[in-house]
Amino acid sequence: MSLFSLLGALEIGLIFSLVALGVFISFRLLRFPDLTVDGSFPLGGAVAATLISGGVDPFSATIAATVAGAVAGFITGWLNVKLRIMDLLASILMMIALYSVNLRVMGKPNVPLITEPTVFTILQPDWLSDYVARPLILLVVVIVAKVLLDWYLSTQSGLAMRATGSNGRMARAQGVNTGGMILGGMALSNAFVGLAGALFAQTQGGSDISMGIGTIVIGLAAVIVGESIIPSRKLVLATLAVIIGALVYRFFIALALNSDFIGLQAQDLNLVTAVLVTIALVIPMLKRRLIGKKGA
Amino acid sequence: MLRAQDLKITFNAGTPIETRALRGLSLEIPTGQFVTVIGSNGAGKSTFLNAVSGDLPIDSGRIEINGEDVTRKPVWERAGRVARVFQDPMAGTCEDLTIEENMALAQLRGARRGFSRAVKANMRDGFRERLMTLGLGLENRLTDRIGLLSGGQRQAVSLLMAALQPSRILLLDEHTAALDPRTADFVLQLTARIVAENKLTTMMVTHSMRQALDVGDRTVMLHQGQVVLDVSGDERKGMDVPDLLAMFERVRGEKLSDDALLLG
Repeated sequence: MSLFSLLGALEIGLIFSLVALGVFISFRLLRFPDLTVDGSFPLGGAVAATLISGGVDPFSATIAATVAGAVAGFITGWLNVKLRIMDLLASILMMIALYSVNLRVMGKPNVPLITEPTVFTILQPDWLSDYVARPLILLVVVIVAKVLLDWYLSTQSGLAMRATGSNGRMARAQGVNTGGMILGGMALSNAFVGLAGALFAQTQGGSDISMGIGTIVIGLAAVIVGESIIPSRKLVLATLAVIIGALVYRFFIALALNSDFIGLQAQDLNLVTAVLVTIALVIPMLKRRLIGKKGA
Repeated sequence: MLRAQDLKITFNAGTPIETRALRGLSLEIPTGQFVTVIGSNGAGKSTFLNAVSGDLPIDSGRIEINGEDVTRKPVWERAGRVARVFQDPMAGTCEDLTIEENMALAQLRGARRGFSRAVKANMRDGFRERLMTLGLGLENRLTDRIGLLSGGQRQAVSLLMAALQPSRILLLDEHTAALDPRTADFVLQLTARIVAENKLTTMMVTHSMRQALDVGDRTVMLHQGQVVLDVSGDERKGMDVPDLLAMFERVRGEKLSDDALLLG
């Protein structure tokens, strides 16, 4: 594997660690199986790419994309909390609705960003080449996102959100408006995903209607891989684990696709994903068995 | 003070399995009184408790706490006035959170939750002090997940949590039923102490007639969704379980045959 493809893997891994943080909030903290992600990721990309190609400055466009993601998540939460639609179903409805919304936003199946400025071309110093600068910029973004999330979850409001997912009845009995917490948490989760979509479009030369397919699986894979690498209930470590999971996952994908002797090609990506997630799910069980044998 | 007026709740109305759980139940508990509630299975004890806490919407009637009408308020809006300990030790605490996080959550019951740190250093001292009174050694385990605690320990912490904030009503829903006899006894004594120390207006549902007479100031018996017996003061002091049974038979004109009531 060349340095070039390694940095490429790092770049995409960092973007997907934002998705993974979002999935961590919905699946792990709120216990809300949220497939909105498959729609809010390309929504972020569509909003950012369309605004940038329309002449809006890339930073405002990225913020707008993040807000768009938050709105999408909020609506999924609203369908569940106010209209009492089952969580999974609410998110599926939102996911397919967003497919049409994304086409409307872009006005066509894809919006290229070849010559337009992006947050990366603006922030990139002259003395650094783009394939080094992009991962560095993304690293800063991810660290800031993680620190902010860690901070929020340690506040009174964040604690109420964690209680909502862990034991809703108890949270209500303690005066937590659990419905409101789900709305806020889903918005926060999909804001992360929308931001990731916006950054993805800006690193990949544009936004495409199909770029969201499988986002949720990659996000979940990152969460699961991360948890089996660093199995900690401490939140600061749990969010770190999720980020590392996204990086490791992407690294293995790149390794698998770049190794000629295995003979895998780009179209095998989803199969490799499924195999990797299976392995990550089985590892904790294998570990227990090995330890059990030693003990006996 | 708690005032429940003519509460009616019907489950599955209009179907063959229609159940009239509460049939015009009225009860008034003055401030600081400790009431025990007994009744056979299906008498409406838990339904009544859930109606007061807001978990179950009532079909008709009115619920007032300290003169304020809370009939249409959801659970989380009543939480500032009502504290609750559940029957299931797992239900009253968040197993994924640490002991101190659970207590911090309860400390803000009914208050606005903002963006300051949830668990502050000065709060820890207070938590430690209160946990020390349990004599379970939990004061040294503040950062342990509460899921690691036994049922009895969790129930004891739940009780502490209920008293962290000055609430007007404490609801205890057979909170010793899932514990072994020794632990149940410990939790019951703790209950009496906490209620007395904080002068809480308390309603305790129990399955044990013995417990119902031994604890608190007043005993209420529910039957078919109504109050059928209400004893307090000197009348109650001299009472024993057989007296209570005899009174019930006199009031209802029927023999009580539920084993659950005779136990204990």
